[in-house]
Amino acid sequence: MTQEFDPSNLDPAKMDPALYRGLTQNRFSRRQMLKYAGMGAGGLGLAAFLAACGTKGVASSSGGGSNSLPNAGIGTTSWWAKQTLHHQLEFANWPYYIDVSHGKHPSLTEFTSKTGIQVDYREVIQDNTEFFAKIRPSLQGGQPTGYDIIVMTNNSPPLGYLMEFGWLIPLDHSKMTNFNQYAGPLVKNPAWDPGNKYTMAWQSGYTCLAYNSDEIKTPITSVQSLFDPQYKGHIGMMSDPQELGSLGLLAIGKEPAKSTQADWKAAADKLNAQKSAGLVRNYYDQSYINALKNGDTIISQAWSGDIFQANLSGYKNLKIVIAQEGAMFWTDNMCIPLYAANPLDAMTYMDYVYDPNVQAVIEDYNNYVCPVPAAQDIIRDQLKDPAVANSPTVFPTAQMVSLSRPYYQYKNQAELDAWNNLFVPITQ
Amino acid sequence: MEQPVRADHAVARRSRTRAGKRAAPYFLALPGGLWLAALFLVPLIIMLSLSLQTGDPLHGYTLTWHFAEFGQVLSQHHTEFVRSIYYAAAATVICLIVSFPLAYWIAFHGGTRKNFFLLMLLLPFFVSFVIRSLAWQFLLSDNGILLGTLKNLHLLPQDFHVLATSTAVIAGIAYNYLPFTALPLYVSLERIDPRVMEAAGDLFANRRQVFMKVVFPLCIPGIFAAFLLTFVPAVGDYLNQQILGGVSNTMIGTIIQTQFLVNGDYAGASALSAILLAGVLFGIFLYARLLGSRTIEEYI
Repeated sequence: MTQEFDPSNLDPAKMDPALYRGLTQNRFSRRQMLKYAGMGAGGLGLAAFLAACGTKGVASSSGGGSNSLPNAGIGTTSWWAKQTLHHQLEFANWPYYIDVSHGKHPSLTEFTSKTGIQVDYREVIQDNTEFFAKIRPSLQGGQPTGYDIIVMTNNSPPLGYLMEFGWLIPLDHSKMTNFNQYAGPLVKNPAWDPGNKYTMAWQSGYTCLAYNSDEIKTPITSVQSLFDPQYKGHIGMMSDPQELGSLGLLAIGKEPAKSTQADWKAAADKLNAQKSAGLVRNYYDQSYINALKNGDTIISQAWSGDIFQANLSGYKNLKIVIAQEGAMFWTDNMCIPLYAANPLDAMTYMDYVYDPNVQAVIEDYNNYVCPVPAAQDIIRDQLKDPAVANSPTVFPTAQMVSLSRPYYQYKNQAELDAWNNLFVPITQ
Repeated sequence: MEQPVRADHAVARRSRTRAGKRAAPYFLALPGGLWLAALFLVPLIIMLSLSLQTGDPLHGYTLTWHFAEFGQVLSQHHTEFVRSIYYAAAATVICLIVSFPLAYWIAFHGGTRKNFFLLMLLLPFFVSFVIRSLAWQFLLSDNGILLGTLKNLHLLPQDFHVLATSTAVIAGIAYNYLPFTALPLYVSLERIDPRVMEAAGDLFANRRQVFMKVVFPLCIPGIFAAFLLTFVPAVGDYLNQQILGGVSNTMIGTIIQTQFLVNGDYAGASALSAILLAGVLFGIFLYARLLGSRTIEEYI
């Protein structure tokens, strides 16, 4: 479209009627037409109607072979060669997750001035499962989600679903020069996405322990402290089944990523015993941080970035612990959903944030675990922020890296159901 | 010869008007009926249908008439059902006890400032109930401004706590649903003609007899309406339990929410919802039989 945008062109009277209809009316797919026609013919007999209420599934997944996946033939070298820049990028991310200065995002402004790509940055992801529930119908129907980059966490099932059902565009590895040079060992070739076929990390973090040093004088070193009767009624656990189950596995001395279903059962038994002994105050979502601040809990499962930020906002009595058994290490991953309108623009941006100078600006705001170790010197020497540069929860030391534990990767829906059936009832 | 003709006309005209009259209520009910069909009946049927389907959100659901789902979820979650009914009933009773004197006083002694008193009753509820519950959580936290101070003065033992108990959840529900009880009670009491009470006095009834034999029977429909409006939403409430409760205070609303959003078990969640709906309807039916519901429509 070389034409200038002129609002008067949108006057229905002057428009091609077919175009006007296309812009203003829902388009019916053939399958929908058949469905509605069938419903009309079948009448509204109750059984037929009840059956029509069923949700359409993913046709390809039952077909088996990878050739039937909807992203077959997409993301290959020849496919990428045909892509062009559209100078537009729709980026869906979590709230408070990128540098902010005077109401703007400097790293994005810089990106636009360098590449000419306009970024529409939207903080629309609050929860993996809920966001996935929103984009799933589009992907299932073969429609674009409206986003070119989405950010999904590796410890939650939706990222696995997106890969399994072929709903992500494989990345163009010839355009990952910054990533190949600067990405840290924790996010390069990760277990949840071998060879970074689909994803590049945005940020990572630890699910660790936090305690109130006013109430607990002896330093905490082990996850066993969450099962210590002397803190009865003041122990905070997480309601997220992946977080809760992984902690249970660490507590029985099992490596979560290599655990078996028998281990899960043992971990659930341990957590159930903890619950019935009255040790647990509650199973929390994000609100665990308020319970810690209010003193309702004095020791709790916690996310590293929250405790860092609580310390900065005056709660210096909250201490963060990477237990000797290890801490769960999660990563939020950028990926390109299938049918994205601007894949090359997305690819350009994803590699851009691996430039250490760019990453330093983002990291100095975020304070989670930085995917680019080279940003540390820039934050210390150029941005003059030693508190962030020297924090072991932003730039993990070798010891921290050795204590990082990956999550279990569910091999199928049955495994996920088995996990949820064990750990969800504990939180209820 | 003219008269019979004229009579025919009149008959025709009258029958036409009668047909119009007969159709009018249906036309008038059409918008409401469509509203109910689209936003209540269709979702209800979808819910009932889902409860009989098997599958998962990714691979889709198919109707298999899987009635076993009901028995399964019921055996899994009967504790939460019983607990929800207990919490909601306790909160409703508290609401009735608290709001009856309140409504009585405003109705009979409010004078010209009745509207002002009603506004005062409703004012706190102009703030979102999430914010109000979070405020209670803040005020009542273990080392918060209330309990922390009392503990520092050694008036309370160190591990005393209000939050994470069933008392906190019941009190929270009672607090949040109070206006739903107070307003129908007020309406039913306000309608009682004070002269009826005077007449009872003239017939040598003492104040207690006036209340028991005149006022109370007249406001039974109001009590019934108040019960319905409080108990029914309270039994499905999940917010108070999540904010004020702790382990082992889980209500059925939370279970349904987790089944839908965390587990993606649409069938189980729908079955639970259907059981809750049927249980509440059955309870209301029994209750209506007991109290008589001839005039409740006026209060709802």
